Amino acid sequence: MSQKEYKTVSAITGPLLVVEGVSGVKYEELVEVNVPGENQTRLGKVLDVSEDKAVVQMFDPTAGVQAEDTRVRFTGDTLKLGVSEDMLGRVFTGAGVINDGGPEIIPEKRIDINGNAINPYSREFPNDFIQTGISSIDVMNTLVRGQKLPIFSGAGLPHSRLAAQIARQAKVKDGGEFAIVFATLGVSFEEAEYFKRQFQEAGSLERSVLFINTAADPVVERISTPRMALTTAEYLAFEKGMHVLVILTDMTNYCEALREVSSVRKEVPGRRGYPGYLYTDLSTIYERAGRVKGKQGTITQIPILSMPDDDKTHPVPDLTGYITEGQFVISRELYRKGVFPPVDVQGSLSRLWSAGVGEGKTRADHSGLKDQLFASYAVGREVRELAVVLGEASLDDSDKAHLRFAEAFEREFVGQGEFENRSVEESLDIGWKLLAMLPRESLKRVKAEFVDKHMPKAE
Amino acid sequence: MTNTINTQEATKAGEIVRVTGPLVRANGMSSAKLYELVKVSSEKLLGEIIELNGDIASIQVYEDTTGVGPGDPVFRTGKTMSVALAPGLLESIYDGVQRPLKAIEEASGSVYIKRGIDAEALDKNKKWDFKAVAKVGDKVTGGDILGTVAETKLIVHKVMVPPHVSGVITNIKSGNFNITETIAEIKTESGEIEVVAMLQYWPIREPRPKNKKIFPSEPLLTGGRSIDTLFPIAKGGAGCIPGPFGAGKTVTQQSISKYCNAEVIVYIGCGERGNEMTEVLSEFPHLIDPNSGEPLMKRTILIANTSNMPVAAREASVYTGITIAEYYRDMGYNVALMADSTSRWAEAMREISGRLEEMPGEEGYPAYLSSRTAQFYERAGVVETLGSEGRQGSLTVIGAVSPPGGDLSEPVSQSTLRVTKTFWSLDAGLAYKKHFPSINWLGSYSLYVDNLLDFWRENVAPDFANIRKQAMELLEKESKLLEIVRLVGMESLSNSDKLTLEVARMIREDFLMQNAFDPSDAYMPIKIQYNLLKSIVTFYNEGLPVVTTDEFEFSRFKQMSTYKEIGRLKEKREVSDYENFISRVKEEIKALTQTNA
Repeated sequence: MSQKEYKTVSAITGPLLVVEGVSGVKYEELVEVNVPGENQTRLGKVLDVSEDKAVVQMFDPTAGVQAEDTRVRFTGDTLKLGVSEDMLGRVFTGAGVINDGGPEIIPEKRIDINGNAINPYSREFPNDFIQTGISSIDVMNTLVRGQKLPIFSGAGLPHSRLAAQIARQAKVKDGGEFAIVFATLGVSFEEAEYFKRQFQEAGSLERSVLFINTAADPVVERISTPRMALTTAEYLAFEKGMHVLVILTDMTNYCEALREVSSVRKEVPGRRGYPGYLYTDLSTIYERAGRVKGKQGTITQIPILSMPDDDKTHPVPDLTGYITEGQFVISRELYRKGVFPPVDVQGSLSRLWSAGVGEGKTRADHSGLKDQLFASYAVGREVRELAVVLGEASLDDSDKAHLRFAEAFEREFVGQGEFENRSVEESLDIGWKLLAMLPRESLKRVKAEFVDKHMPKAE
Repeated sequence: MTNTINTQEATKAGEIVRVTGPLVRANGMSSAKLYELVKVSSEKLLGEIIELNGDIASIQVYEDTTGVGPGDPVFRTGKTMSVALAPGLLESIYDGVQRPLKAIEEASGSVYIKRGIDAEALDKNKKWDFKAVAKVGDKVTGGDILGTVAETKLIVHKVMVPPHVSGVITNIKSGNFNITETIAEIKTESGEIEVVAMLQYWPIREPRPKNKKIFPSEPLLTGGRSIDTLFPIAKGGAGCIPGPFGAGKTVTQQSISKYCNAEVIVYIGCGERGNEMTEVLSEFPHLIDPNSGEPLMKRTILIANTSNMPVAAREASVYTGITIAEYYRDMGYNVALMADSTSRWAEAMREISGRLEEMPGEEGYPAYLSSRTAQFYERAGVVETLGSEGRQGSLTVIGAVSPPGGDLSEPVSQSTLRVTKTFWSLDAGLAYKKHFPSINWLGSYSLYVDNLLDFWRENVAPDFANIRKQAMELLEKESKLLEIVRLVGMESLSNSDKLTLEVARMIREDFLMQNAFDPSDAYMPIKIQYNLLKSIVTFYNEGLPVVTTDEFEFSRFKQMSTYKEIGRLKEKREVSDYENFISRVKEEIKALTQTNA
C-alpha cells in the first residue's frame, strides 16, 4: 500500500489530532507525525475515519505539535513490536524502546500488539499448582499456571513487596522457573526502581523483560504498555515454550489514562466517568493469559491495582474482578497489626484453586484442611467481634479457643517473613498445628482420617 | 437461506464512508433491509445492518475492523441474520454468530481467532439416518413432524414442517441423508411444491411461532436445595441470578445446567471468561447426567463469545442461543437456557448505541434496554407448539446479571427484575463467609410457588409446602433475633428463641449450604430434600413444648446424639434413613422431658 503524507492537521485536543482531506486511510492504522524543526517522529493510530477526515490518537505527547506544516504520514500498518528472545534481561520504555543503554535487539519477528482473541475451543484448562512459598496463597487461595489473579490493594499498602516476593519465589513442582514480563504503568520512579532492584538482587533479571512507564511518561503511552508486555509474553510462551509470569502495576493508572482519552473523544461516559467499554477493553488485556492446546508455554498474569479509598465497588476493581479468576485482597487491618504479607484470607479468592490441589499436586488433605481453616477462622473472627461488645468473660471454652486460634492464624499462618519461602507441605503442617488449638468436635469440614494422620498429637 | 454466504452470491452494493470501532457506515444501501446481513471490505467480515438513513446504512461488524477504511466495498446478501437448524447442533460449541469454534480453529490453523473465516454452522456432508413418520398423502401444517433422526443417544431430533408451510405430502422417504438433501416434498394450497430438507433457517431476532402459551405448572428440578425447595423456578419460567463477582453466579449456572431435569441445555457464555468455557468443554463430556446416565455434553449446546471476542457478536450471541433453544422446544422438549452474563450483552448494546450516537438513557445504556430485555425473557414459556398434534414444550431462561459493585439499582438489574419471576439474590457477605451457594434467603423470591403447589402435593409430599413455609419463617425470625443477640448477648434470650436460633442455624448450615464441587452433595433429589428439611424442622416442632417448660437447661438439647449427627445427615440417600432419624429425634426429645421432670 502506498504511504500517504498530509499537512492538513485541523485540530489538536489533548492526545487527539484531526487530519482533513485524507483518503485511503484505514481504521487502527499506525500514523507517524513529524513536527517542523524536530527530528523525532511521534507515533499515533487512527481512531475514527470518515471519507475525508481522520481522528488520530497519539501515543506520544502532543505538546509542541502545531497545526501548520506538521507532516502526518499514514503507514498502512498497525502498531507492532519487534520481539526476540534477546529481550530477556532488558529494560524498555512503556513504548517498547530500549531504555537500559544496551545494544539494539534484532527482532525475530514483528507482532501486532493488540493480539488476537484466543479461541476458547483451543484453550486448555489450567491445572498446574504454582508454589509461591506464601501460606495464605498456597493453601488458602491456590494459584495455578495459566491463571489471571490480580492483587487488590490500596494506597500505602505493601502490594509491591508481595508481588516481588511472588516473582522471586514462584515455581512449579517440576522445578520449572518462570520468565517474568513486568510492566509498570504510571507508577512513581521509586516504585519502578524498587522492582528493578528486586529482580537484580534475586538474580532473576536475566530471565525478565521490563517495560517501565512512570508517572512522568506520557499518559497515552500507558495504553499500549500492557499490550507490549503481553505481546512479549505471548511470544515467549507460545512460540518459545516458556512459562511466563506477567506482572502489571498499577492497572488503576491504566484505566485513568483510558478515561482521559475517552473524555477528549467526547464519548458518553459510563460509571464515574470511565468509558462504557472499560470492561471490554480490560478483557482484551486480562484474557491474554492461559494455556493453549499443543503449546508447552503458559501465561500467568498478576495485575496489581489500587482501590481508590479501599473501595472494592469502584469500577476498576469491580470490572477487573468480573474478568479475572479471583483476587488477592490486601488487608489494611492486618497490615496495621504488623502481619506480612497482609493477605485478607476471606476476601481473597482463587476460582481455579480446585484444579491445583489434592493428591499428586499438593497433598490429599489440602482441600479439607483449607475448608476447615476458612470455617474456623470465620468463627474466630465472629467471636472476636462478639467479645468486643460483650467482653471475653461471656465466652464459652470453645469460643475462647476459636478466638485464640484466629489470633494465632493471623500471626503464624498468614504472617511470615518477606524472604521466607515455605514449601506447601510446611504451610499445610502449620495449618494442622494451629487446628490443634481447637476442640476436636468442632472440626467438621475435614475428614477424620486426615485429622488422625496430620494433627500433631497433644503432649 | 443461509448465513454462510458464498462470495459469488453476495452482491457489491456500497462503499464504506466511516469506520469507528465495530461500527461501519456505508453508502449506496438505499434498497437494503434493516437487520440484513452484509459482508464488509475485501476481507468479507460479517456484519449486520442496524440502522438505515437515506442511502447510508450503519453496520455492526462481528469481527475486528482493523485495516478497514472509507472506500472499501460492502456486499449485500439479501438475508437477515439467521441460525442454521438441523441435526448436529447438540454437542457443538459456537461463537456468537453460530460459527463452530472447532472449525475456526481448523480454518485458522492457530489458537487465535482470525478474521474473515467462513465456517459452516453444521456439517453438510455427514449422513443422518432419517426415519419418516409422516407418509405421502398426509395433510400437514407448519410444525408437524415429518420424521426423526437419532441425533445423540439422549435426543431424538424431530424434523418438522417449516413454520408457514402447509399442504399435502407428495413425496417423503426414509434413509441416509445429509442435511441439505430433500427428504420430503409438500404441495401447498396454491399448488406449488415446497421442497423440505432437514436443514432449515430461522432469523434470530424473531421468536419462533407457537400455537399458544400455557401457564407453567411444573418445577425445573436442579438438585440444589436452595433453589428447588426455597426458591423454585418453573419449567418455562424466567429467572435471574444477580450478584457481585465472586458470589458464585457462574458456579450456580453451571450447576443448574449439569443437574437440572431439562432435556436440552443451551449455555451461552456471553462476554465472560475464556477459561470458564474451557472448563465446561473439558468437564461436560465426562460428567454423567443423573437423570439419564449419559454424558452431559450429549444434551448440551454451547455458545461461547468470551469478553475479548468482538463486541457485536456478543450482542448477537443471546439471540443465536435462544433461537436454537426455541427450535428444540418446538420438537416438544423441555429446554433450559443459561445466559452468563446478560450484563455483558447489555454493555454490548450500550457500546453500539454509543457509536451510533444515540441519545443515551440511564448510565449511558440505550433507552430501549428494558424493552429488549423484556422481549428476550418473554421468549421463555411453556407452549403448545405449532402443528396439529398439540405437542407441549418448554423453554426456561435463566440469566446471570453482573451489577457493578453488586448494586442492584443499576439499569440492567432493574429491567431484568421487572420481567423475571424467580430472583436468586447472590450475596457478597455470604460468599465472604464461604456460605455457598450464596443465595440470600431473605432477599430472594420465587413467584412460581403458587403454580407448583399441586405438583408438590402429588409428587413430593402433602406437607411439603407447609414445611417449606415454616423453614422460611424460622430464617426470618432468626435474622431479627440475631440483631438482639448482637446487642445484649445470647444469655438474655428465652429458651424458645434459643431453639429458633439453633434450628435456623441447622437450616442454614446443614440444608442450604451445598458444595457444588462435591459430586455426592451437588445434586439432591427433591424427595430427599423434603426429608432432610423435615428432619430439621422436627427438632423445632417436637422441641418447642419441651424447652419452654420451666427451668429447662438448654445445653441438654445440644447433647442429643441426633443433634450432633444432623451435620452428616445429608449424606444419606434413602428415605427410610430419614424416617428412622425423625423417629429418633422424637424419642430423644421425649427422653428430655422425662429426665427433666
